[in-house]
Amino acid sequence: MLSRDADSLYWLSRYVERAENTARILDVAYRMASMPIGYNGASGNEWESAIVTAGCQDQFQNAYSDATPEQVIEFLAFSEANPSSIQRCLDTARQNARSVRSALTSEMWEAINSAWLDLRPFKNRKINVEDLPRFLNLVKEASLRYDGSALRTMLRNDAYWFSRLGVYIERADNTARVLDVKYHVLLPRDAEVGGGIDYYQWAAILRSVSALVSYQWVYHQNLKPWLVADLLILREEMPRSLAACYASLSRHLDDIAQRYGTSGVAQRSARASHARLANQTITDIFQNGLHEFLQDFIAENNRLSVAISNQYLS
Amino acid sequence: MIRPVFDEMTGDGGSIRDAYRVLRSWLDSSPPQLLQHRSEEAELFFRKVGITFAVYGNAEAEERLIPFDVIPRIFSSGEWSRLSRGLEQRVKALNLFLSDLYGKREILRAGIVPQELVFRNPYFRPQMNGLAVRGGIYVQVAGIDIVRVDDEDFYVLEDNLRTPSGVSYMLENREVMLRLFPDLMAMQRIRPIDNYVDELFAALKSISPGSGAAEPRVVLLTPGPLNSAYYEHSFLADRMGVELVEGRDLFVRDEIVYMRTTEGPRRVDVIYSRIDDDYLDPLVFRPDSALGVPGLISAYRSGNVTIANAPGTGVADDKAIYSYVPDIIRFYLGEDPILKNVPTWRCREKEALAYVLDNLHELVVKEVNGSGGYGMLVGPHATNDMRERFRAQVLAAPDNYIAQPTLALSTSPVLTKDGLSPRHVDLRPFVLTGLNGVRIVPGGLTRVALTPGSLVVNSSQGGGTKDTWVLSE
Repeated sequence: MLSRDADSLYWLSRYVERAENTARILDVAYRMASMPIGYNGASGNEWESAIVTAGCQDQFQNAYSDATPEQVIEFLAFSEANPSSIQRCLDTARQNARSVRSALTSEMWEAINSAWLDLRPFKNRKINVEDLPRFLNLVKEASLRYDGSALRTMLRNDAYWFSRLGVYIERADNTARVLDVKYHVLLPRDAEVGGGIDYYQWAAILRSVSALVSYQWVYHQNLKPWLVADLLILREEMPRSLAACYASLSRHLDDIAQRYGTSGVAQRSARASHARLANQTITDIFQNGLHEFLQDFIAENNRLSVAISNQYLS
Repeated sequence: MIRPVFDEMTGDGGSIRDAYRVLRSWLDSSPPQLLQHRSEEAELFFRKVGITFAVYGNAEAEERLIPFDVIPRIFSSGEWSRLSRGLEQRVKALNLFLSDLYGKREILRAGIVPQELVFRNPYFRPQMNGLAVRGGIYVQVAGIDIVRVDDEDFYVLEDNLRTPSGVSYMLENREVMLRLFPDLMAMQRIRPIDNYVDELFAALKSISPGSGAAEPRVVLLTPGPLNSAYYEHSFLADRMGVELVEGRDLFVRDEIVYMRTTEGPRRVDVIYSRIDDDYLDPLVFRPDSALGVPGLISAYRSGNVTIANAPGTGVADDKAIYSYVPDIIRFYLGEDPILKNVPTWRCREKEALAYVLDNLHELVVKEVNGSGGYGMLVGPHATNDMRERFRAQVLAAPDNYIAQPTLALSTSPVLTKDGLSPRHVDLRPFVLTGLNGVRIVPGGLTRVALTPGSLVVNSSQGGGTKDTWVLSE
């Protein structure tokens, strides 16, 4: 297929995934902020950490003085100045979709187009904090519908694989960031283990990747910080874990290599990363430093994205 | 003497024309809300599918729907066979004309068409001189705009030989009608048009230079998503199952055109170009073009790729050349033209200019190279101010203008809030030419001026469209 079409598909999926991730981050901030004071943890301002998780601290500080709820919502959900705001993500996704109309199934196009149409009324309008959940739900549903349409209607060929690569690269990046922003609350401390405040922080992490219930099904016990990290980093049955993302990345890259009859840097580095995740224990990771591990992972994930781009998309 | 306007459904007003009988009785027996209701459904469908049209210079309406009217425009089989014979004749002659202009130039030597109209035409491309194009076909896809003023004659309003658009609306309009009015459509035998894409693909493959590949690789070259006809480009590429490429997806090496794919470079045999000549190749045409492919024309001249339509066809759809088309048909085919030309005053001729300036209030004045309804004056509907401004423009560059009488274009009923009401229409049928001959699917795009009394049907000027039915015998 055309490199440019593959590139558009890849980024289309990344932007839809990013819109959903940002919606989850805002959702958690909203939930934490509505808790009694003292329960929203050591980090202080939940709205500020939403900005950090979304990875756009610098841009935010350039545009606003304080992380008030209104300004954070405005910036993450609607701002034209923030290329990763939900609105901009969906605009860009739709532009990409328009330029690869013929590589999309009509169900996928309609999912993107109707999301874009549904969210237009929110544009250029001051949103109340109370309206936020409804808006975020629309975004999450749009992403589910897009993903579901792709899974159910696309031919299993290179177009499909490139669009999946975008999903998993973006998802892995997001999960790693969510963990990294809160890594300090996951570190073992003598006091407070299982205590009230941290419990909400751990729950918030799980919730932001929609894994709170899954946790119970996997571990059958109260929240433990190392198990939260284990679930989101190493458990392949958890669809948003780093291991699950890399299982899919290396599988789809192999699909492409097999179809094209040749493989390259992208295949090798995905396979290597996947193997590393499969062969580690959470104890190793904590011993060598959770923060360092996550920082390395984010950089490695970025390098894979560049390798995919060099090998196929340009 | 002012004739009453000819209506496609009622003729001169009294009765119902044959082709419309079934429709009329169906309308009479259907509740009025039914039409409104289905009309809303149609709009919903178009919006959902995203069949939109970008309007230049109109920021809020960056993507707009072309209004669709649910009342079909209907031709009898007799009318159609006359029309399609005329179209075939005209496009054949225009292809011969182009071969001649870029070859021996017999028609210029015979003094039938003035040399300066050809050589001073901005769309005349010296790069095409002496090039034997595949099968002598320059215009693979033509959109010929047709109007009528009575029961008898069809007039050609203009020939679109560069990158005519609108065929996707023809096809989608039919899709919508089949969904919304299966009952009405089952009551008569309407000739199908959905083979258009197959015919287009066959015509394009037929002109492949024959690189040895078993199946020629065809691509559709688009300026990109910001182009007003982008929807159509993606629609056609999708239906043919070919890649929709932009200039940056292609490159030329050793006079061969390749596209960049995820599996590396792949050779391209036929380019169905929806880009103006000017932007095709920055090495040959506009050097500032970011849309084109450097080296493309050189690869084309080497015979390694076919471009459809060929560069340089614009010289033949120029509005000044238009007035010579009947002579062109006689010269090459030795036949009388089947379709009429609208009488045309060429402002480059002194007497004609004087007449035009004296009669601005009655005439339609057009820029010779204009299209899309831009740069045009409809005298009877213009204000004094507009007429004076045009007078100055025409005087400053008379060669750039032609004028025609304001035709009383036929009307066809459209659905309005207050029921059916007549509006002026035209028709753009699409004529395909390949080594396998000339093909015209029965129908075309009927465009309708939605403002009461308006004669401007262009979608860029707020016109709408209708489904066009050709009945079989």
